[in-house]
Amino acid sequence: MIENIDTSLIDWSRAQFALTAIYHWLFVPLTLGLGIIQAIMETIYYKTGKTFWKTTAQFWMKIFGINFAIGVATGLILEFEFGTNWSNYSWFVGDIFGAPLAIEGVVAFFMEATFIAVMFFGWNKVSKGFHLASTWLTIVGATLSALWILVANAWMQYPAGMTFNPDSVRNEMSDFWAVALSPVAINKFFHTVLSGWIVGGAVVVGISSWYLLKKRNTAFALGSIKIGALFGLTASLLTLWTGDGSAYQVAQKQPMKLAAMEGLYEGGNGIGLVGVGVLNPAKNNYDDAVNPFLFKIELPKMLSFFAERDLNAYVPGISNLIDGGYRTSGGEIALSAQEKIEKGKLAIQALANYRQARKDGNETVALESRATLDENFAYFGYGYIKNPTDLIPPIGLTFYSFRVMVILGGFFILLFLVATIVSYKNNFGNKRWLQWICLWTIPLAYLAGQAGWVVAEVGRQPWAIQDILPTSAAVSKLSTSSVQITFFLFLILFTILLIAELGIMVKTIKKGPASSEE
Amino acid sequence: MKKESVPMRIIHFYIEGFRSMTLGKTLWLIILIKLFIMFCILKPFFFPRHLGQFKEETERQEYVSDELIQRAELITP
Repeated sequence: MIENIDTSLIDWSRAQFALTAIYHWLFVPLTLGLGIIQAIMETIYYKTGKTFWKTTAQFWMKIFGINFAIGVATGLILEFEFGTNWSNYSWFVGDIFGAPLAIEGVVAFFMEATFIAVMFFGWNKVSKGFHLASTWLTIVGATLSALWILVANAWMQYPAGMTFNPDSVRNEMSDFWAVALSPVAINKFFHTVLSGWIVGGAVVVGISSWYLLKKRNTAFALGSIKIGALFGLTASLLTLWTGDGSAYQVAQKQPMKLAAMEGLYEGGNGIGLVGVGVLNPAKNNYDDAVNPFLFKIELPKMLSFFAERDLNAYVPGISNLIDGGYRTSGGEIALSAQEKIEKGKLAIQALANYRQARKDGNETVALESRATLDENFAYFGYGYIKNPTDLIPPIGLTFYSFRVMVILGGFFILLFLVATIVSYKNNFGNKRWLQWICLWTIPLAYLAGQAGWVVAEVGRQPWAIQDILPTSAAVSKLSTSSVQITFFLFLILFTILLIAELGIMVKTIKKGPASSEE
Repeated sequence: MKKESVPMRIIHFYIEGFRSMTLGKTLWLIILIKLFIMFCILKPFFFPRHLGQFKEETERQEYVSDELIQRAELITP
């Protein structure tokens, strides 16, 4: 008997994973960004010998340590969830997901864990040079951890370098470098890590501004702002560049996500990029002829340019992606969603036939089925799609999250540019309006990062693995109530951790850096 | 005075480091409580491996393939 999977089970499992990932990402970006800033400050101390930079670096290391301690291992819960809530997915991805995570665990985590001890305990006990190297290696380790996690995530967005084995029902890695160096992985790594650097810059500049607003620790604050603002500006500009690369990869590999990001229902040549817009809530179906926007301001032809590097290039909309029949940038005629669904069903049926034939010892049928499976495996996941409209991700959440991320990205460039110029002209101490803005930019930096993840993950629904496994097939057959219980358990646990972090951090900030700094 | 061996120096480095901690002691307490909750409560009671119910690798393969085939709602042989 076929048991249908309750959609509320999928929704709660997704909500649980999203909650855990969102909380985890509250801790990670500050580690990545602040780690580099404190290493830069210590490098200045190493070069100049000025104790001011030593106490400055030590204060930011304390903030780094609090964040690291509260955040460490929160990501492990995601791995628990893979084994419990997403067991079909975990089995199906096989060593593709396991290999990067194993490297992350063995190399990066131990590297991080070893050198962080020298960084915190080693002042005045090891040489200045060895201490500085440990500080840099700590953040290199943290960044390498992020690399392997992001490689695994990128593979879910763009599965490459694997072969499906119908005997083990697993994807087996056939080309490690195709997985590790896929263009999606490279862009994702740099874009995500750099967004963490922006958080680091915003936190340093924001907290330092608070000291200036309170008229205390002035020299420490102004010195920190010079480093933090310039670092934030560099990170923001690089994030803009890698964001363009990420969007290009989305256009090539996940065109439905791009269409959702833009609220683009009808594609065409020379399509404009929506700068700001308000979606029409009356739009219920992709083919209902209702205008998708109540209001929008477009940059003419720019979506075509960003998607294909050609102002007049064709960009498919949601209708085109479902109906097919347009010519792709590779020159092929695009399949319709229904055609892909048929191919997906063929692939799944071939898997069933193959396994039955193997049990029966019928090698001829097994070989034929294997050939059909291989031929159609790229569409395997479409076999689970009941209705072509199920392929459309939530448009509103994806569209607005993308705009939140991009608009805040532009704001960070402007703010860090102003902050850098003003601080290097030694005027930052007099600009209270700028100090207030910098202080309130701290939560905005976190918001931008979270919005980016919403675009990446909500925008690729219904897929757990793009085109080959939807969440409806990936989820474990559990009772919805057990997932609800763990959802609320996590909500309580992570909220306590967050309150603990904020409490300890605020106390440390109020105490301020060690005497000193003036 | 006899110089300590490298392993002993490393051990003393850590012991002295932990002893001299102030804020770090609170943080370590939080880390230990968190790890206890995660590994001694959440993992065994709320997050058993779903496929851990099967002892053999082949049973897991069979279970996942049945799941993947049946969820597509196809007519299987």
